[in-house]
Amino acid sequence: MKYIDEFRDGDLARNIARSIAAEADPAREYRFMEFCGGHTHAISRYGLTDLLPPNVRMIHGPGCPVCVLPIGRVDQAIRMALEHGVILCTYGDCLRVPASDGLSLLKAKARGADVRMVYSTQDALALAQKHPERQVVFFAIGFETTTPPTAVAIEQARALGLANFSVLCCHVLTPAAIIGILESPEAKAGGVALDGMVGPAHVSTVIGSAPYEFVPERYGKPVVIAGFEPLDMMQAILMLVRQVNQGRAEVENEFTRAVTPDGNRKAQALVAKVFQLRPEFEWRGLGTVPDSALKLRPEYAAFDAELRFPLPYTPVPDHKACECGAILRGVKEPRDCKVFGTVCTPETPLGSCMVSSEGACAAHYTYGRYKDLAA
Amino acid sequence: MSEPRKQYVRPLDLKHGRVDMAHGAGGKAMAQLIHELFARHLGNEWLDQGDDGAVLPAPAPGEQLVMATDSHVVSPLFFPGGDIGCLAVHGTINDVAVMGARPLWLSAAFILEEGFALADLARIVESMAAAARKAGVPIVTGDTKVVERGKGDGVFITTTGVGALQAGRRIGGQRARPGDAILVSGSIGDHGMAIMSEREGLGFASPIVSDTAALHGLIEAVLATGADIRVLRDPTRGGLGTTLNEIASQSGVGMLIEEKALPLNPAVAAACEFLGLDPLYVANEGKLVLICAEPDVEKVLGALRGHALGREAAVLGTVVEDAHHFVQMTTSMGGRRIVDWLTGDQLPRIC
Repeated sequence: MKYIDEFRDGDLARNIARSIAAEADPAREYRFMEFCGGHTHAISRYGLTDLLPPNVRMIHGPGCPVCVLPIGRVDQAIRMALEHGVILCTYGDCLRVPASDGLSLLKAKARGADVRMVYSTQDALALAQKHPERQVVFFAIGFETTTPPTAVAIEQARALGLANFSVLCCHVLTPAAIIGILESPEAKAGGVALDGMVGPAHVSTVIGSAPYEFVPERYGKPVVIAGFEPLDMMQAILMLVRQVNQGRAEVENEFTRAVTPDGNRKAQALVAKVFQLRPEFEWRGLGTVPDSALKLRPEYAAFDAELRFPLPYTPVPDHKACECGAILRGVKEPRDCKVFGTVCTPETPLGSCMVSSEGACAAHYTYGRYKDLAA
Repeated sequence: MSEPRKQYVRPLDLKHGRVDMAHGAGGKAMAQLIHELFARHLGNEWLDQGDDGAVLPAPAPGEQLVMATDSHVVSPLFFPGGDIGCLAVHGTINDVAVMGARPLWLSAAFILEEGFALADLARIVESMAAAARKAGVPIVTGDTKVVERGKGDGVFITTTGVGALQAGRRIGGQRARPGDAILVSGSIGDHGMAIMSEREGLGFASPIVSDTAALHGLIEAVLATGADIRVLRDPTRGGLGTTLNEIASQSGVGMLIEEKALPLNPAVAAACEFLGLDPLYVANEGKLVLICAEPDVEKVLGALRGHALGREAAVLGTVVEDAHHFVQMTTSMGGRRIVDWLTGDQLPRIC
């Protein structure tokens, strides 16, 4: 496959691995967090940790949209479908996120809720046009990558005068999550010693590389923005090792084929036109983070599902035994969680990290759990 | 006196007619549907008797009977490379054939939804007839029911197959042993992606065609080599990844395969990439997974590649000892990972 195989060249990967092994100082440990679930998935799927020396460790970050989605938001979506009879559309990964009362959107569907999986906001819009007699709600989740398409759909709905389309907006912001990690109680207490961060791939195509400058400036940590292909990851890790060795802390861009310093200005303008900051938003794992999520501007209130179907947001604590929070903050690893692989499996997820293939627990369970077991 | 009339029954309107409740009521309308559609296309010495069941010859002395059944609910009913009709024939023939048996007869049961176009039904029945004829496995008995509109999805078809197993032939999921070789007969994921691209209207430039096919000829060619075949299986729902896990768990072994060895049609690889699917878990309807004793690998590979359905056959890896029964894969990067059971539903209603 052209444009894909070039970034999955095993020989080249082994060359980079040799450089990493040669340049990494055996006297110290390197702890890098890959922010995105896409990176986590690539590491696990391609077995990249096997190519790294033991003193270069990857810590899985919170950049998995469904993993940071709090239970209360899924509850809201389920209630819109069950109590208000709406057609609830969302991306496939959302369907299995555990909610209250042992429900998920998928289980609510089996109880009669009209839940539809869509591939894009355009599918949801088409459903609204096809069913003018029904209310169609798009459950909008994700970081800056999925936000512009939601803005487009809202603009289109307004242009079409669609009175039966609205959005339950749960879009969240990457820089706020990075602050959440670096300011977490554990980080302040020295519990998460990060030496650097692999910066987002797709998110950065939208926001650019400039918004990460605060990480080296304020926290003294290097950031290397990387694509989701395995060679991107390997190269980014090598670049991080070099920054650490040379005592540098800068934002570097490995993903130059898609990311510019300024990002996609058109998308940013559209997002700014339709959305505004929420004063605060609850994240799974990170708690309530100020200025970390978006809601519709008052001019677009007609398309705000939270206003159309008044369902108060009720925060719901995670299951007591679930370590998703600590795992999302990089404090714990999946194998440190008592319920990992026993009560909590991809078939019966207790926590959200076990739901999406981008979640740290699901990735480790699906691709790497053999490493935890004695032969 | 006027000429004697040929018949008073008005023939089925196969162009514009639709299934109605009377077609399943057991009366004249049902008899007409069976006569003018099912019997006309599927007819053979057993079906033509019009009895409630088929009287079939006993197997040869020493032979055993193998029986398998499969329900088909695919959506859409027609897809590139096939339709629910030929799929229903191939699916059950393959289930019988991977037991090492020679498929002999099929039954077919139809659940029709009120309002379903008779023209579509005719296309499906014709396709079943053609598939059964090509495979040399007649449909010897059948049944038709009709459910109210909204209670089905056009048509569901259940087929059951009976085959004869040669004396002394032992093939089964429990027989894989450490050291055995793991092979696949060709590219993976074609059927699932054909359905997916049709269903979602993805309109890829190079159309992906389902691999639906009857595998008994291919299997016969492999068995004729006299190789020590341990396991045969068709990796349908859940794909190759799930099938390998089933076998590993049944046999109490592990497996180690090579990502680079997986045969993959470039259009399927691209479509999977595009949709974020893993071809290891995408369904096949005309592929064979085969585990044989290591010394027989070349013989088996030769037989597979010598058959039209096995030209792209490949050796994937080896059966290993593993108390946890993991299927592991050496990735194209040189790392290692698990190929786990499929979780949830990558793609519903594919067969």
